[in-house]
Amino acid sequence: MSHPMHKDYTGAKLGMWLFLFTELLLFSGLFLLYAVYLRRYPHEFTTAGKQLNWVLGSANTVILLTSSLFAAMAVTAAQRSEARRAVGLIGGTILCATGFMIIKYFEWSAKIGHGIYPGSEHLKAGAPGESVFFGLYYMTTGIHGLHVLIGGGLLAWIAAKVKGGSVNAEHFVLLENGALYWHLVDLIWIFIFPLYYLIL
Amino acid sequence: MNQVEQADIPAAGGFWNDTGKRGITAWIFSTDHKRIGLLYLYSVFGFFLVGAVLGLLLRIELMAPGRTIMNAQTYNALFTVHGVVMIFLFIIPGFQGSFGNLVMPIQIGARDVSFPRLNLLSWWLFIIGAVIIVVALFTGGGPPDTGWTFYVPFSSRTGTNVSLAVFGVFVIGFSSILTGLNFVTTIHRLRAEGMSWSRVPLFTWSLYATAWVQILATPILAITLVLVMAERLLGTGLFDPGQGGDPIMYQHLFWIYSHPAVYIMILPAMGVISDIVPVFSRKPIFGYKMIAFSSLAIAAAGSIVWGHHMFTSGMSDTAVLVFSFLTFIVAIPSAIKVFNWVSTLYKGSISLEAPMLFALSFILLFSIGGLSGLILGAAATDIHVHDTHFVVGHFHYVMFGGAGFAFFAAMHYWLPKFYGRRYAEKPAVIAWALMFTGFNILYFTMQVLGMRGMPRRYYDYLPEFAPLNLVATIGSWILAAGLVLMVINLFRGLFKGAEFSGNPWGGATLEWSVPTPPPSENFLQEPVVTHGPYDYRGAGIP
Repeated sequence: MSHPMHKDYTGAKLGMWLFLFTELLLFSGLFLLYAVYLRRYPHEFTTAGKQLNWVLGSANTVILLTSSLFAAMAVTAAQRSEARRAVGLIGGTILCATGFMIIKYFEWSAKIGHGIYPGSEHLKAGAPGESVFFGLYYMTTGIHGLHVLIGGGLLAWIAAKVKGGSVNAEHFVLLENGALYWHLVDLIWIFIFPLYYLIL
Repeated sequence: MNQVEQADIPAAGGFWNDTGKRGITAWIFSTDHKRIGLLYLYSVFGFFLVGAVLGLLLRIELMAPGRTIMNAQTYNALFTVHGVVMIFLFIIPGFQGSFGNLVMPIQIGARDVSFPRLNLLSWWLFIIGAVIIVVALFTGGGPPDTGWTFYVPFSSRTGTNVSLAVFGVFVIGFSSILTGLNFVTTIHRLRAEGMSWSRVPLFTWSLYATAWVQILATPILAITLVLVMAERLLGTGLFDPGQGGDPIMYQHLFWIYSHPAVYIMILPAMGVISDIVPVFSRKPIFGYKMIAFSSLAIAAAGSIVWGHHMFTSGMSDTAVLVFSFLTFIVAIPSAIKVFNWVSTLYKGSISLEAPMLFALSFILLFSIGGLSGLILGAAATDIHVHDTHFVVGHFHYVMFGGAGFAFFAAMHYWLPKFYGRRYAEKPAVIAWALMFTGFNILYFTMQVLGMRGMPRRYYDYLPEFAPLNLVATIGSWILAAGLVLMVINLFRGLFKGAEFSGNPWGGATLEWSVPTPPPSENFLQEPVVTHGPYDYRGAGIP
């Protein structure tokens, strides 16, 4: 309480990077399962992977890459004391995040409409490998989607701080860390997309 | 700067009363690392006592064959809850949260940790997770009965409240990660002037190694727990052979975290011993660099040995061989530590006060636990004693005899510093003697029982195991009596005991250079470190 909040830029960045490592490791558990089950069920994974809509997946990849660009530009804008522009750019990121989630919604509801969801009769009747593939697909994209939501909320909160002036050209580490988090969300999707939509 | 001078300045209550605010909110919203440390201490120690009572009940049930005081379902729930409480609510958060928070920033000459508010959040997440677990015991289908490992397929099928309990553990995992990254950042960024890496006290070194394990291992547990919840709530079937999944994958994921977690429990304990042994031997620690290095080596090697929990699960022979070999490697840095403590004692001027007695018994008990671990690490012998009471005895030697006794040592060693008062010596020694005796009667008997074939987690057993089980149960009562005496003496002493000021143990680490109790930001003036943590001449003490 009575602590004078000494600013330690390097420390704040170090802490954030360590946290990002833990996020990578969280997803690595799912990638590990993917690798093991792919080796066990190569054919079922191929059949199941073909059912995913690669057009929507690609669209989402482009959207997330764009959003990361906006986030990076927002940091530069804040460093140059262009608060209005920074807020606008963060808004662009959040808009992309919303677009991503909308596309995801259509993808998921189409699949669920076809009776493909965890524990469904359709999957239980099919090949075991297929059910594992979709189980992993829903878990991975679901947890990733949750990260998109959290990241969007985080950036909105930071945008308010930029607008209020507490994040500015001198103290921009919060925005920088928020952008780093967003890049991570983007990065993880860059791995998910080819693994599930393309290479099979 | 003369550090001894600083210690002589009366602190007038120190951090206890110089924040202005009063009442409970001055504690649960405080970002002072010492207050957060005490919050952790009281919460984890409370859970320890709960876990101890549950353990005692389990021993009473096993006192004689057949039903003694509870039915089989209650027994299953009790050993699960005993494990969950002791592992996730006491021993994993225990050292980092309480003594890590209390002592580490002072030891490196910092005013606080790098992220004080995050530190407070860690404690809150811990408490929230603990409350969720407690709620899970009394709602839904009753307390989980899977064992603390939550092994599938039973954990995905049982009607008990596994989902909620697992979610509580998930939240606590978050708390652990945040503490870990806070500590790594603090130790990298906030060391005082002159505090080079080779002057960092060994307790802080061990916290540093532990923090890395927390950061790197905990996320795997998080995803595993999420998958168990998904398995139960959605039926994803990733671990269900009926849907193409594989329960062995659960075991891999679970132990990728939970074996390194063993080192989250024991590494800080080793750090405590490395700080106490030289102080009470009046000698610099033998092999400072090797002890610091061995902490990192244990953290690294300990992260790649998880497979030794699964020798009987149907892994390939190659995997068993590799994991067995890697497991043996962990013995090397562990032995380095033990030999260095013993070398420090050699020709030392030993004073047998309570913290030292606990520290010495740590060395013995940890060695017994470690050596019996080698029996389990060798696949050939493990096949025979797998899932017997031998395993239970082994990990209690390491976790309770090791980490637990080190925790008690730390309480006797450091708490007077933060209260300005101390416990009475004679009851402390009696309590220690009772605990040490009871402990060995209890757990050594368990190991013998296991060698003779008594399985773990069984509600009932053959009559031939009855005499030894009775002996073990009697041991548990002696242990409990010592524990009660220790708690009463310790806390009575902290509030009413004789005054404790300055540096009566004669420690040379920085926490002994500040006033007793330490003021809010630890140092009255920025410290400049001019000597090593075990260089007693430099501290002005003969």
